[in-house]
Amino acid sequence: MGHHAAPSVEVRALHVLRGKTMVLTDVDFSIPTGRITGLLGPSGSGKTTLMRAIVGVQRITSGSVQVMNRAAGSPELRHEVGYVTQAPSVYRDLSVEDNVRYFGAMHGRNRAQAKEAIDAVGLGGLAKRRTADLSGGQFSRVSLACALVSDPRLLILDEPTVGLDPVLRAELWERFARLAADGTTLIISSHVMEEASHCDTLLLLREGRLLAQLTPDELRLRGAADDLELAFLHMIKADIAGRAGAA
Amino acid sequence: MNPSMLGATAARVLRQLRGDPRSIALILVVPAVLLAFVYYLFENETLPPGVPRTFNRVGLMMLAIFPFVVMFLVTSITMLRERTSGTLERLLTTPIHKADLLFGYALAFSIMAALQSLVATAVAYWVFGLDIKGNPGWVVVVAVLNSVLGVALGLLCSAFARTEFQAVQFMPVVVIPQILLCGLFVPRDQMNSVLELISNVLPLSYSVDALQEIAAHTTSTATMAADLLVMVGFVLSVLLLASPTLRRRTP
Ligand SMILES: Nc1ncnc2c1ncn2[C@@H]1O[C@H](COP(=O)(O)OP(=O)(O)O)[C@@H](O)[C@H]1O
Ligand SMILES: [Mg+2]
Repeated sequence: MGHHAAPSVEVRALHVLRGKTMVLTDVDFSIPTGRITGLLGPSGSGKTTLMRAIVGVQRITSGSVQVMNRAAGSPELRHEVGYVTQAPSVYRDLSVEDNVRYFGAMHGRNRAQAKEAIDAVGLGGLAKRRTADLSGGQFSRVSLACALVSDPRLLILDEPTVGLDPVLRAELWERFARLAADGTTLIISSHVMEEASHCDTLLLLREGRLLAQLTPDELRLRGAADDLELAFLHMIKADIAGRAGAA
Repeated sequence: MNPSMLGATAARVLRQLRGDPRSIALILVVPAVLLAFVYYLFENETLPPGVPRTFNRVGLMMLAIFPFVVMFLVTSITMLRERTSGTLERLLTTPIHKADLLFGYALAFSIMAALQSLVATAVAYWVFGLDIKGNPGWVVVVAVLNSVLGVALGLLCSAFARTEFQAVQFMPVVVIPQILLCGLFVPRDQMNSVLELISNVLPLSYSVDALQEIAAHTTSTATMAADLLVMVGFVLSVLLLASPTLRRRTP
């Protein structure tokens, strides 16, 4: 693995307060260009909030988030960053094609490029179908296609494979790997640990803190288990014990 | 502003509408039907010679009020959906400028409003013999301006609603006072001074004024031009107010 890639995302001492809860506490990491970074953690650990901060739609309390050497959310980045929210955000009353073409138009993409994005998520046969009439998994793939169409340099995907069948999930991970090989930086959140093995690096979140940034192999080693889920569980237990000991 | 993003947005809004025949019927057919109600309501009135028919006054004002009410409703619901479905947030992560979005909406709905008022004005003229001195083209202009006003107010109000039910609740607050005070029921100069003062700051009053000018004069008058300018001012101010409610960064 090359280790001199320029950092694509740099997060320093990030704190985010949402309502009355500190959702992210002192989060600090950087992500290299052209890699797949998995963001893993239990539900409510702050994955979505962290992704929102990187996209620049989350108001942050302190710290800094830099994307390609610019402040997250700055206008110059709007062509470069694609974001797929956890709940699919597409127009239900439009067809698949009309959705993808509309979001593509925001980046000057044409009909052919929209078709390519639709094919990439396996919805080629359903392009004319009204989005509201799709199944849950198809629906979320429309949302993904709306981000792929802009061909962003940084692609942020919040639980993109939830509700997809194994075949499709494998296909999507292959696609993500190809995107990364072409230089796209991907940040993908999941609470399914088996997916972690597809990632180059993992960010492990728990209760708004970054437990570790490591590779899947390092996780197996540090968690003393071949099964990634079990390894993560061991690390969480160690963390709880460590904190209890410190208190 | 970017014309292609604005155009794409207008086209998208029209496509959404196309998938919804009921809304299209609400926009194009219902005003003409209501106009028929108004006509038959006053069908048997007995008037002293020389006094114009009530339909000439009320029917004409209806041509301004329909587009305002209908576009307010359609826009506030559409925009609320945009806010709650996450598509607005997503859109604001793209390079689109807020003005492209606002004017894209305004453009799409003013196209629909122009069609609506062509249908309604044509029915008023040719079916019910609406009789005014001025050019009916100006009536269509007033109607389109009114619809854009409805769009602008709908965009703004959608920011203060969390559900579609709440959005509809703005009807009695924002729309009905304007209908009561615009001069439809009582001429504005015969209202008590407080009500007249309120009606002076409500945009719909100016479109009713403009229509009365159009009805009474064969050529366009300075008063009509002034009324239209005030309307444009209202529309731009409301759009300007609506713009900060489209937030790119949220807590
Ligand atoms: N809009 C909000 N206002 C207040 N708290 C929120 C808001 N959204 C999420 N939270 C809280 O922030 C924490 C992290 O949420 P989130 O980032 O969605 O976690 P994850 O994506 O890992 O499930 C949760 O405790 C959640 O209750
Ligand atoms: Mg989440």
